[in-house]
Amino acid sequence: MTDAAESQQAPRRAPRASLGSSDGDDIFGTFDVGVARRFLGYLGPHKRAIFTAQIAVLGSAAFSLAIPKLTGAAVNRAVAHDVAGLDRTLMIFAGVALGYAACFFVGEWLSSRLAQRVIFEIRRAMFAHFQDVSLSFMDKTHVGRIMARLQGDVNALQEFLENMNGALGDFVTLVGITIVLLTTDLKLGLLTLTVLPALIVIRAIWLPFSKKSFREARDASSTANSALAENINGIRTVQETRREALNFDLYKEKAFENLKAQTGASWMTQIMVPTVDVLTGFAMAVVVIVGGEAVLGARLDVGVMVAFILYVQRFFEPVRMLSMQYTIMQRAMAAGHRIFEVIDVPVTIADKTDAVALKDAAATVEFRNVTFGYDPKRPILHDISFTVKPKEVVALVGPTGSGKTSIIALTHRFYEVDQGQVIVGGHDVRDVTLDSLGKTIGMVLQEPFLFTGTIEQNIRYNTDATRARIVEAAKAVSAHDFIMRLPDGYDTLLGQRGRNISMGQRQLISFARALVADPQILILDEATANIDSFTEQAIQKALKVLFAGRTCMVIAHRLATIRDADRIIVLQQGHILEQGGHDQLMKTGGLYSHLYTSAHASFDDQVVASTGDAEFATRT
Amino acid sequence: MSDSHPSGGGAASPEGPTLSDKAQVDAKAMPRVLQRITVLAFRYPGLVALAMACSLGSALASLALPRLFGRSVDQAHHLLVGAAAHPEAARHALWVSAGLIVAATIVRGVMTMLSGYLGEYVSQKVGYDLRLQFFQQLQRLSFGFHDRIHSGDLITRGMLDLEGARVFIQGGLMPVLTLVLLLAFAAWEMLSTDLVLGLIGLAFVPISAGALGRMGFLLRVTWLRFQELMSALTLTMEENLQGIRVVRAFAGKTFELAKFDKASMDALAYSYDRITLRFRAVSVMQVSFNASMAGILFYGGHKVATGALSVGTLTAYLTYMTLLQAPIRQIAMIFNSAARATSSGGRLFEVLDLVPEIADAPNAPALAPAKGVLRFEHVDFAYVRGGKTILKDISFEVGPGQTLGVVGPPGSGKSTIANLIPRFYDVTAGAITIDGVDIRSVTLASLREYVGLVQQEAFLFDSSIGHNVAYADPWAEETRIVGAAKVAQIHDHIAGLPEAYETRVGERGVALSGGQRQRMSIARGVVPGPGVMIFDDSTAAIDAVTERRVRDALAEATAAKATIIIAHRLSSLMHADQIVVLDEGRVVERGTHAELLKAGGVYADLYELQTRSDAEAVMDDAAPVPAPKNEEVRA
Repeated sequence: MTDAAESQQAPRRAPRASLGSSDGDDIFGTFDVGVARRFLGYLGPHKRAIFTAQIAVLGSAAFSLAIPKLTGAAVNRAVAHDVAGLDRTLMIFAGVALGYAACFFVGEWLSSRLAQRVIFEIRRAMFAHFQDVSLSFMDKTHVGRIMARLQGDVNALQEFLENMNGALGDFVTLVGITIVLLTTDLKLGLLTLTVLPALIVIRAIWLPFSKKSFREARDASSTANSALAENINGIRTVQETRREALNFDLYKEKAFENLKAQTGASWMTQIMVPTVDVLTGFAMAVVVIVGGEAVLGARLDVGVMVAFILYVQRFFEPVRMLSMQYTIMQRAMAAGHRIFEVIDVPVTIADKTDAVALKDAAATVEFRNVTFGYDPKRPILHDISFTVKPKEVVALVGPTGSGKTSIIALTHRFYEVDQGQVIVGGHDVRDVTLDSLGKTIGMVLQEPFLFTGTIEQNIRYNTDATRARIVEAAKAVSAHDFIMRLPDGYDTLLGQRGRNISMGQRQLISFARALVADPQILILDEATANIDSFTEQAIQKALKVLFAGRTCMVIAHRLATIRDADRIIVLQQGHILEQGGHDQLMKTGGLYSHLYTSAHASFDDQVVASTGDAEFATRT
Repeated sequence: MSDSHPSGGGAASPEGPTLSDKAQVDAKAMPRVLQRITVLAFRYPGLVALAMACSLGSALASLALPRLFGRSVDQAHHLLVGAAAHPEAARHALWVSAGLIVAATIVRGVMTMLSGYLGEYVSQKVGYDLRLQFFQQLQRLSFGFHDRIHSGDLITRGMLDLEGARVFIQGGLMPVLTLVLLLAFAAWEMLSTDLVLGLIGLAFVPISAGALGRMGFLLRVTWLRFQELMSALTLTMEENLQGIRVVRAFAGKTFELAKFDKASMDALAYSYDRITLRFRAVSVMQVSFNASMAGILFYGGHKVATGALSVGTLTAYLTYMTLLQAPIRQIAMIFNSAARATSSGGRLFEVLDLVPEIADAPNAPALAPAKGVLRFEHVDFAYVRGGKTILKDISFEVGPGQTLGVVGPPGSGKSTIANLIPRFYDVTAGAITIDGVDIRSVTLASLREYVGLVQQEAFLFDSSIGHNVAYADPWAEETRIVGAAKVAQIHDHIAGLPEAYETRVGERGVALSGGQRQRMSIARGVVPGPGVMIFDDSTAAIDAVTERRVRDALAEATAAKATIIIAHRLSSLMHADQIVVLDEGRVVERGTHAELLKAGGVYADLYELQTRSDAEAVMDDAAPVPAPKNEEVRA
């Protein structure tokens, strides 16, 4: 360990340490017709609402265009001492203003609601898709990444969708102002608009720089935030190992990078402000000089000049909004691309069109010459065949990598076999509906997964069991007593993944859940984790209850479980080495009996060592 | 978990003793929190003053524009009416006006840019300061605090709440100053020129401000509820994905989709309400604005018609109105920002203001042990003062080279002993000493360097395996790291990985098995030299054979240390020089393995339970077991 004196010196070399990382997603994408068309697909069902919203937006654009014109007209009437005309104009003005407010409200209100609705629908489509894609995809993909798609990317679309209708309004306003300016006074209009190309050129130069700077800002903040999150999650280890000072230095570096990147991005945003402002100033100056001359030459009314100034003032707002919308669109494209990438992951395991429901079939499982590998080139199982009779308990034993887990996964059709057939209840699993297969086969996983909610909800899960039935099941698996000792009994809320109860207790709840589901066939992957002696006894009792009257396949680690099985299948490297009852296998004198009798061998780790400590090879 | 961390109970209980989960917008808290953020910004008085000056400059330039328009319109009008007595002079005047307009927009643009940039710069600087302060604070706060607060909550405070407080500087503080300046000047100009016309023009300001301010405030308050609904949705999705095997195993697709739809529809309906709230207020603002415009045109127009008002003045009024419209719109944003900063800042400062329960005593010296004898002297402990007693009157002594075994049922306080020695918690009575020196009187850093602890649940960082093994000593030589990995019997596994020590550990070590994770944490925890070494059930997930090898290798590495082994499995600690048996926080038995067996108490019972009962035997360990009792099978 670095002692105090040493650590105060300059470190001899860079420490072997890092903190936080960026997720690496790009925030900008290019316009993609395919992605845009997919969006439109989601908008399709809302045609009427969209149509109404568009009409309203167009209406509000038209009304807003009329306001400066009416203002100008009012000024003209006033100058001309036409009091009656002035009042008439103002009546129209009031009507237009009210119409504008009404249209604006309806348009924006509808578009925002639509945007929300579509966002939720896209999120649901993704979520539903995840329920169908094969587990091999889910195995490969980090839950955190998927959540980033479901949340971050979907939310990036929201802004775009909300502003889409507004952008239409802005565009119409822009065209409208241009037309009004040109038709009111062609020469003055053209001169005023000469500033527009200048703006476009400046923006084109600015854009790549700003993008780079925005990207950097986003990466820097995502890196700094992930560093903070990591340190919080591992705070106990940080304090135990006295990493506070080093981690603070590492974080300070990231925080400073973030400060630099954020202020850099801010500079990039702000630099466009005076550009637009000055160009507006020039346009106004043109109106004053040229328009003033025209008024002087009596070719132009004063009111028209006033209207011109008001139009010019309004002209740059939609330009600014549209260029902002362009950036938003690019973000939405990047996000959309990633979203559709997910939705397009093919569903490889699905019901056949003529799939039948597995009902009242005999509870048998048969493997017929099954060959399977997660990577087809490297098979895990080689030509496996065996049959499990109704109400038989079969223990699968073998070292890590022998294919036990693959066998139970294939029984539930989590994956497809490469060759051969898996037959449940007399039907190939590929010919029955996934739903009925799931109802026939129950499964208890090695690491019990519990959902946030009460204990009762967790035991009930996907069934409509009554409270009485749930209590009965909990009693049967010896979970009732500890549940009743919890503050709220069956209504106790489980924290994130059941953190507030012990591993063994979680196991018992997952047993109760399986018991309530009451499957004809039960698949169980016995926990290897160490559980205290007292809970362990309860678990062994519970297993007997679970096995009673069911066809069972158990990946077994504990001697009691293995010996209680009707039949033991010993696997090694994807082959069935031997099978039979405990006594039978012991007599045969194969791997099983060898492992069973030799004092210090492990089935799982395949360690055959000869250390002397014979009396204590037990695990509690 | 069983008895490992108090967080077992603590995390689940909804009421944290120090921190309120419910963030509310408290009207009384508002001035206090906002004032504090303002003070933080004024740590950079020069920058703030400059930003305000620029903001004032841009406001003045904005106000100059309407007058310039008014002037040029009048000039044009007068030229027409006055039949062009001096056309050249008039033309000249127009050019001057145009030049002034361009100058005013340049000034306004540059000033707006600078004030915007400086505002953000100050806020980012404050954000940076707060980030560092927060990071430092969370590293200083003791385990007791971290037990009470959910890590997700703490992350939210350090990211979103910090951002909410920071953004107020540029989204609340600066705009308020600008708005006040602009409104004051505009109001003065408009009212002094023509009182009635000015009043009509300004009538929309209070109406809009009221509607928008209320909306901003309500949006923020309802936002908190909306966030709750969204987190419920997130949780539903996340759990579904993490538990996807359970979902598939139980054919729970329809059930899960129904759960999702419920959460999703709740959030959507709430979101709809918020949208309505938003646009209703914006519409009120627009109607009131246009009403004021109409009022000006009506009253002003009639005055122009009667010649009581120049057309230029009327134009100036109309332009003032357009200019005021934009900052008034900001009122909603300002209120929103203020409300957000109040709740966020409150939550952030709550953490920053906590005084760490465990800290160095003033002028504490570094621990300088001569021999290295660890003693517990009548130690009592409770996680909460006056709460449930976890340990009662615990005394023992472990010298260098000696091993103490601690055993007992779940909840008997075993892990608590482990956490008291590095002072993650302080004893409530009695004392823990090293060579007679109370550990509370020395520096935390020196104590924790002296005490090594390997926990039951190993936390691995999202980094390479090498970084994780070297975590406690990042400057260690390569050989040290490999050596530690060899002691923990994990080197062969690591060497076999595609990138060996450079292989990245997945989030929370998902790619490694429980046993491998524990061996990683042993490799991390083992430090050569004297000191105290504690293994808190840290071999539970390792199979018996490997554990034995780890133990043999460790025996050498920890020869000079005072070692404490806490375990369920008696084989892990039966070789200890002394074993204490805990029950309900008290020592019920103590002695060597042989003595305890002879005594025939709790330890002997436990020993018998573990050796006799083949119900617990694990095939992986393939112990010689008594002859199978077949009659019991499937009884």
